[in-house]
Amino acid sequence: MPMEAKDSRTIQVDYLARVEGEGALYIKVKDGQVEDAKLNIFEPPRFFEAFLRGRSFREVPDITARICGICPIAYQMGSAQAMETACGVAVNGQLRDLRHLIYCGEWIESHALHVFMLHAPDFMGYQDAITMAKDHPEVVNMGLRLKKAGNEIMNLLGGREIHPINVKVGGFYRLPEISEMEALKAELEWAKEASIKTLQFCAGLDIPDFQRDYELVAMRHPEEYAILSGRIVSNKGIDIAIEDFLEHFEEFHVPQSTSLHAGVKERGPYLVGPMARYNLNFDRLSGEIQELALANGLEETCFNPFKSILIRSVELIHACDTAIAVCDRYLGPGNAYVDVEPVDGEGAGCTEAPRGICWHHYAIGSDGLVKSARIIPPTSQNQPSMELDMRHFVQENLHLPDDELQWQCEQGIRNYDPCISCSCHFLKLNIERS
Amino acid sequence: MEVRTNNAPVRARPKVAVFKFASCDGCQLSLLDCEDELLAVAEAIQIAYFPEATRAVIDGPYDISLIEGSITTLHDAERIHEIRKQTKTLITIGACATAGGIQALRNYSNVNEFVNVVYAHPEYISTLRTSTPISDHVKVDFELNGCPINKAQLIELISATLNNRRPLIKAHSVCIECKSRGTTCVMVSKGEACLGPVTHAGCNALCPSYHRGCFGCYGPNETPNTASIAERFSILGLTSAEITRLFRLFTTESEAFRDESRKHANGS
Repeated sequence: MPMEAKDSRTIQVDYLARVEGEGALYIKVKDGQVEDAKLNIFEPPRFFEAFLRGRSFREVPDITARICGICPIAYQMGSAQAMETACGVAVNGQLRDLRHLIYCGEWIESHALHVFMLHAPDFMGYQDAITMAKDHPEVVNMGLRLKKAGNEIMNLLGGREIHPINVKVGGFYRLPEISEMEALKAELEWAKEASIKTLQFCAGLDIPDFQRDYELVAMRHPEEYAILSGRIVSNKGIDIAIEDFLEHFEEFHVPQSTSLHAGVKERGPYLVGPMARYNLNFDRLSGEIQELALANGLEETCFNPFKSILIRSVELIHACDTAIAVCDRYLGPGNAYVDVEPVDGEGAGCTEAPRGICWHHYAIGSDGLVKSARIIPPTSQNQPSMELDMRHFVQENLHLPDDELQWQCEQGIRNYDPCISCSCHFLKLNIERS
Repeated sequence: MEVRTNNAPVRARPKVAVFKFASCDGCQLSLLDCEDELLAVAEAIQIAYFPEATRAVIDGPYDISLIEGSITTLHDAERIHEIRKQTKTLITIGACATAGGIQALRNYSNVNEFVNVVYAHPEYISTLRTSTPISDHVKVDFELNGCPINKAQLIELISATLNNRRPLIKAHSVCIECKSRGTTCVMVSKGEACLGPVTHAGCNALCPSYHRGCFGCYGPNETPNTASIAERFSILGLTSAEITRLFRLFTTESEAFRDESRKHANGS
């Protein structure tokens, strides 16, 4: 075997697996110091913000859904909300409740997909969940059924799991029957128990020891563990209304990515997603869920991104609880939507996608046609943070052999559950040691 | 390649690859969304390349390649030819791969202006002027329509291909699906514009069952009379601009919808 200079090497992953979309990682180590850590995103751009101009504001949620096959609801809700704000309409009461429900469906299907199919194989040492299923069929089967429970919410409220057709500016096209909600609730009660088992299973995983000082950004709501609405807050002092986002955050374009990066103005990288939400909103989780979290490997705060798998499990329990509560309160189909008439104006929308805050802004004319569109997805916000994680993680783990270090770097990227198609406006892995 | 067990010839499990081009990942996610069938399917095939699901890679050639996404970069235009050379049966899945996808809306505009709208440094971006379906570039053996595809149809298609039979996938319209499930016609009863009469079946007439008109996720059906439906839309009071937009959504590079949209694009 050729001898290798221990303090200089390149780690390179040309096509990151078990993430959504196309990206690569490149890390260069020289004389024992990480010199460069880049997340290359080569997902071809699709130009949503450009071709949304001139479309009817009513079409926008159907179009923005196509940004992402895994989290279409985030894009439908953000755009619907922005249009409603622009037109001076608020969607409250049972309709908001049902929006909360379908969003929980997306959290459950997306988190279950990530925890069991994309992330757990890293901790268990398998290439994928299908190989893992041969040794641990009960784990994978539970994950698949949990994912399916989320998709059943999507099917009922949205018509189908990918690119739902029932979300409308102003509400929905059709509301479910009470009997349909009762059938859903029965499976959600199983899903809650399965989510608790998921957390207990994840608490038993061997989790790398790593932490960093992050600026965490998430939405905060006066009562809820925010999903649908709230203010944008951080652990370093940000507390703003969603429409003021661009006053405090900026997007910038770097050569290695077709996804724009984002930063807090004059401070730089920040992190959105489950770890940010958990730290900023622990007090908004129910007493039962707080106790379960504290009994299963978490504290009230968490700065180890490898523990995001535990936090996603906690959020699975929360999403099931929230969904069950909506089913219990449901009074049956009334008005499916509120009328929204276009006015010349603009509006912002922001919700917690499974991967973090997803911000939208549109200007429309009194003819209802879109004049401008701006969409800032969670993964593009997380790119600088992912690169910093890699820089620190590799520096602390230079003693590992290349193949092990590379795998742990990939795992480190998967901590973020990056959704690359989304962020493109958005991934490729190289580690170089010279 | 043959593996012999108990003296009986057994075929090696067919190698299936999943490739992504410009897309939202939703169609390949459909495979992972087959929660009840996934592990059984994985038993019947060898997943040779599927980066969204696995780190493991087995080199080609492949028995089946599933292609998601449209061609929007020079690199991708070359990559699809390499995949074709490595593939016995090439199947395109979804509206992007079969009809250019929503990103083909650029085909009606100046893409340089699009790059400038979205990116601060247009010089970092390399993209083709158009988004085109895979069949514009290489021979395609089967096209599965839908935005997204129907996962039951995907399983049927894989199963039919593995067993050398024709897939049971109907090419009639959404309108027929509506009639067979007994949904009241939204165009007749509510005056809603509905693309159901000219749209390929596959969704089981989902939108009308949710009280809204079809907006064409599955692209044109076998023999679409788009002129007639456009006239009907006009009678319902839609402007030329609205009719153009209806035909220009997820399958705008399908011949029938593209040509019909052009007829209305200049009026309004």
